Amino acid sequence: MDALLLATLIVGGTALLSLPLGRYMTWAMDPTGPAPRRAGLERLFARVAGPLGHEQQGWKQYAIAMLAFNALMFVVSFAFVALQQHLPLNPDAKGAVEASLVFNTVASFTSNTNLQHYSGEVSMSYLSQLLSLMWLQFVSAATGIAALAALARGLAGRPEMGNFLVDLQRATLLVLLPLALIVATLMALGGVPMTLSGAASATTLEGVQQVIARGPVAAFLAIKQLGTNGGGFFGPNCTHPFENPTFWTNGLSMICILLVPMCSVWMFGRIVGRPRHARLVFAVMLVLLFGKIAVAVWFETAPTQAFAALPEVEQVAGNFEGKEMRFGTPYGSGPLWSVLTTCTSNGSVGAMHDSLNPMAGLMPMVGMWLNATFGGVGVGMINMFVYIVVAVFLAGMMVGRTPEYLNRRVEAREMKLAVLTVLAHALFILVGAAVFAATPWGRDTLANWGPHGFSEILYEFSSASANNGSGFEGLGDNTVPWNVATGLVMLLNRYVPILLPLAIAGSLARKRRTAESAGTLGVQDATFGAMLLGTILLVGALTFLPAAVLGPIAEHLLFAQQS
Amino acid sequence: MQSLTASLRVALVTIAVCVVGYTAVSLGVAQAFVAHTANGSLITAADGTIVGSRPIAQKFTDHRYFWPRPSAVDYDGAGAGGSNASPTSTDLTERARSLIALHGATPEKPLPAELAAASGSGLDPHISERAALYQAERVGKARGLSIARIEALVRAHTSAPGGSLTTERVVNVLELNLALDADFR
Repeated sequence: MDALLLATLIVGGTALLSLPLGRYMTWAMDPTGPAPRRAGLERLFARVAGPLGHEQQGWKQYAIAMLAFNALMFVVSFAFVALQQHLPLNPDAKGAVEASLVFNTVASFTSNTNLQHYSGEVSMSYLSQLLSLMWLQFVSAATGIAALAALARGLAGRPEMGNFLVDLQRATLLVLLPLALIVATLMALGGVPMTLSGAASATTLEGVQQVIARGPVAAFLAIKQLGTNGGGFFGPNCTHPFENPTFWTNGLSMICILLVPMCSVWMFGRIVGRPRHARLVFAVMLVLLFGKIAVAVWFETAPTQAFAALPEVEQVAGNFEGKEMRFGTPYGSGPLWSVLTTCTSNGSVGAMHDSLNPMAGLMPMVGMWLNATFGGVGVGMINMFVYIVVAVFLAGMMVGRTPEYLNRRVEAREMKLAVLTVLAHALFILVGAAVFAATPWGRDTLANWGPHGFSEILYEFSSASANNGSGFEGLGDNTVPWNVATGLVMLLNRYVPILLPLAIAGSLARKRRTAESAGTLGVQDATFGAMLLGTILLVGALTFLPAAVLGPIAEHLLFAQQS
Repeated sequence: MQSLTASLRVALVTIAVCVVGYTAVSLGVAQAFVAHTANGSLITAADGTIVGSRPIAQKFTDHRYFWPRPSAVDYDGAGAGGSNASPTSTDLTERARSLIALHGATPEKPLPAELAAASGSGLDPHISERAALYQAERVGKARGLSIARIEALVRAHTSAPGGSLTTERVVNVLELNLALDADFR
């Protein structure tokens, strides 16, 4: 079965690649010890950050510096998108973008989400794409990597967490930029356009005019995939032949989607000084990832249900709706990509998620609900840290010992913060979906009826809250209520799950080190792996199962009944 | 205030490097080494007019040509997109019925499934070899050519997109139609 072979090659290959790259990323982000060739560079980073560049920040100062820089990212990008019609690099004369759409778009790219209520080739000038959106794709991803480095330093017991503006430059210039240059070159060699010329106009063989949008796609594509951004240069993202021209660019994209999130786990393990713990966490993530891939591939082998009553159409394995021929079988790349892109909070699509079979379409939602199967660059591991704290606490309760993590006691304050982080994600999704399902705000924007319509709403809030950015794109989501609601959810659930875990790390760092004994819970053992896996599935199932039953599961059961 | 100016400086440096520098380098490399694909793989006719882009599907309705997969956006190269319909949607059944009529499919000669299903981009340039051979009879009749000659042409233009990793051979419809016009004018 070539679908699972493809999955093994992509995931396994990327895992191997992440080992040396994870070591490099640690060196780039956390230069401790003698690093003579780096000294000049480090002085430069500190100089750019001005008088604050040499300051060592506690978690609060670090968080404030992060919020200040992210606020500036938002303002600068907002201005350039809002004024695009007056600015250069606009060969196709794109007009003004409506205010709520500007808000949503900039919130989306600032929060590393890249939910798109617009179509790139229809609405955005090249300047907006490059200066606002692509810049945010670099620095929002770097924000996540910096936050993880800070968290890990706190957990390693260092009194200070580093300097945000220096970390941001390290992540942008030493991690993301070199990778993006390599990938952009490979993508261009693979056939992706890279030009500043405006759309081409063709006269087809049958004499019809066809306008063909193009642009600086390769550069945009590379950082969109590497930084778990996912925003398409074109509306249909990586299903577009210019954004994903061959089987090989498709594979390269999937590797890039997974790569930095995988490296983040290794970086975390190295900074906290617990490589075996990182290996266990990596293994738990792999188990979840392969579970979701297997389910999605399995359900996508069913033929398109809508054709079942038509003997004039071949009933072959796989549902072709929303998929491209050049990526191979319809149950191969499509469901695999849909799982990879949602596990990692990337959100670019290689097949239309709205047109996946119902249970295959549930897997992307599960990915976004758990949001820690590698997850977003940096932040995925932060989410996993929250699950680890919960698992450590539950395990401690079970054996009747004070729970500890990395030689620090986990107590009520840390637990409150961890539970709040988990709850915030659930509340944003479930309350948002409930409100929009009950009102014309949501109901009037649906493309499909019944349970699938509810799935569209549920997916949109899941995507916003998980900072993912993919969508069940049939939803007519470019309305003021959708733009404002998802814009706010994206921003809130970007910073809440960074700030609260930083606070946990700050709180743990202040505690006295406890001595390790025979009774200490080993966070590198298989037993703890099973405990962690159980905690993630239990929390996910308890929270989201009812919503899943109303949407994809109901649709699947109806569909099974008919056939 | 100090933190604002520090943030501004970092913003300016990252914009200079990641927007200006990075774009310029990727643009330079792409235009120097692969200018044709970097500019959109445009195909020009003998008289210099642009007839399309190799990886972008265009609309074909003439019986003398092979037809691509259906497009939810009517092959709009400046506004791509899929149907986003649920695979259980009756809209898809209706669309499939009209495609069955168009291709003259029967239960004895059923339509390859991808010819009834729209791609995600609406611009999928490929159909499978089977879907091309399926149309050979119609194209042959319209051009007054034997089916065998048309089938030979199809087979000469197919390729496996992922080598031995993919089982189904595909063919680029625009290229195939250009070859038809060139060989059997």
